[in-house]
Amino acid sequence: MARYSTHTTEFEAKHCDAGHFIRISNLRKTFRARDKNFAVLKGIDLEIDRGDIFGVVGFSGAGKSTLIRCINRLEEPDEGEITIGETEITGLSKQELDRYRQKIGIIFQHFNLLDARTVAENVAFPLEIAGERKDRIASRVKEILELVDLSDKTDFYPGQLSGGQKQRVGIARALANNPDILLSDEATSALDPQTTLSVLDLLKDINEKLKLTIILITHELNVIRYICKNMAVLEDGLIVEKGSVRSVFGAPQSETAKLFLRIDAGFATFGWQDGEGI
Amino acid sequence: MGRITLLETIESAFSAKTWAIVVPAIYDTLYMVLFTTILTVFFGLILGIVLVTTDKDGIYPRPRFNAVAGGIVNGFRSLPSMIVIILTLPLSRLILGKSYGPKACIIALAVTCIPMFGRLVESSILEVSKGKIEAARSMGAKNRDIVLKVLLPEALPSLIRSFTISVIAIISTTALAGTLGAGGLGDVAVRFGYSRFKTDILLAAVLVMIVIVQAIQFAGNTLSKFILKRRHLI
Repeated sequence: MARYSTHTTEFEAKHCDAGHFIRISNLRKTFRARDKNFAVLKGIDLEIDRGDIFGVVGFSGAGKSTLIRCINRLEEPDEGEITIGETEITGLSKQELDRYRQKIGIIFQHFNLLDARTVAENVAFPLEIAGERKDRIASRVKEILELVDLSDKTDFYPGQLSGGQKQRVGIARALANNPDILLSDEATSALDPQTTLSVLDLLKDINEKLKLTIILITHELNVIRYICKNMAVLEDGLIVEKGSVRSVFGAPQSETAKLFLRIDAGFATFGWQDGEGI
Repeated sequence: MGRITLLETIESAFSAKTWAIVVPAIYDTLYMVLFTTILTVFFGLILGIVLVTTDKDGIYPRPRFNAVAGGIVNGFRSLPSMIVIILTLPLSRLILGKSYGPKACIIALAVTCIPMFGRLVESSILEVSKGKIEAARSMGAKNRDIVLKVLLPEALPSLIRSFTISVIAIISTTALAGTLGAGGLGDVAVRFGYSRFKTDILLAAVLVMIVIVQAIQFAGNTLSKFILKRRHLI
């Protein structure tokens, strides 16, 4: 079991910015290639409240994926701090990190399910890792598959499922250990619009039912608009805008946010004149 | 002196006299192949896993160790099997007290086959997508869990194919070792068929080997396909 507590303590209320569940400060990450360094995150500061659905938008290469992967340290930041509740996760040892990761679910663009395992066995995987008892696993798997509406697919293999169903399994797997946070790394980018909608509805639903904090990155404006409460715009490794979705897209300041809106308004109204583009 | 016709040779290849020589050789060959396979699978699997995991992009990166291990494997693989067998015969003498016969040969055979199977295991495991490994890591899986619960099960159909290739290579290497005092079908084929111009015995020995190889290839393909079908991947 994870030993850290996510409840706001008196100490925290006094000494930290009260209320912020996740705090990221001065997060930096540089990828080193042979002869060149790529600074991907150049000092990110971000606060996310408990129970929020927080969206990070940006174009390819802005550093979204690296940012979200730093939160469960799939990517090791070079500098900066990430604190969740009262746990500074950037300072955790390897063992502590493994335990802590069980409390953060993540879903991926390409689902990353295990083909060798059935739906139920995929959902059981994180519970096995956490060392749960067999009977506990069985009941939890049943419960969670009901939540994502896949009870009839228990013994199917991922190879038999549609993209939307696969992502539901991904979500079920991510929720198995009762996480406090769900990270979504472009989880709907490989799905068609209709399936995207149903997956987003599911995320909304679990956010309400389980009081789960969701952080998602995407390059689809509609995703942000549909389910996010707050958001940040990432541009070239820096947060250039943040706030409620309404405030950011109501009066966009950054080039990225403006461009997102222009693309959203449609190619039809902008770019028809002789290769002028949008 | 009358020439022996082709028909007579074929007839003779299926005669009881010929099979009295070939059947014990089949037994020797199967004995050697079986035990070499057991050794090869066990150590080759470990070798393959070590090669994948200690790679600089692996789950337990130890680049310098990996380079040395890879170099040693390449060293063994660059030598013809015959040379490796000759080189390892003293090893057999050290372990078993003699350097001839089927038993002694098993060690020499395993030494030639382990590096090959190790590389095949490596490439099978490398086919498992990085995303799956990452998903497991994100759930707090330890390296042991990743190997046992992700890499090996996901790579299983490919591993079976690698295994099939290896068993067949073991059979042909066994035939080669046969000529170096190991016995078995290779020994019979060379000793009778080649040195004494007994084409009928040569033919019988070759036929048996072809049948064994076909059977193993068929079994491997079927099993691998069965698993892929069960997982609905084909």
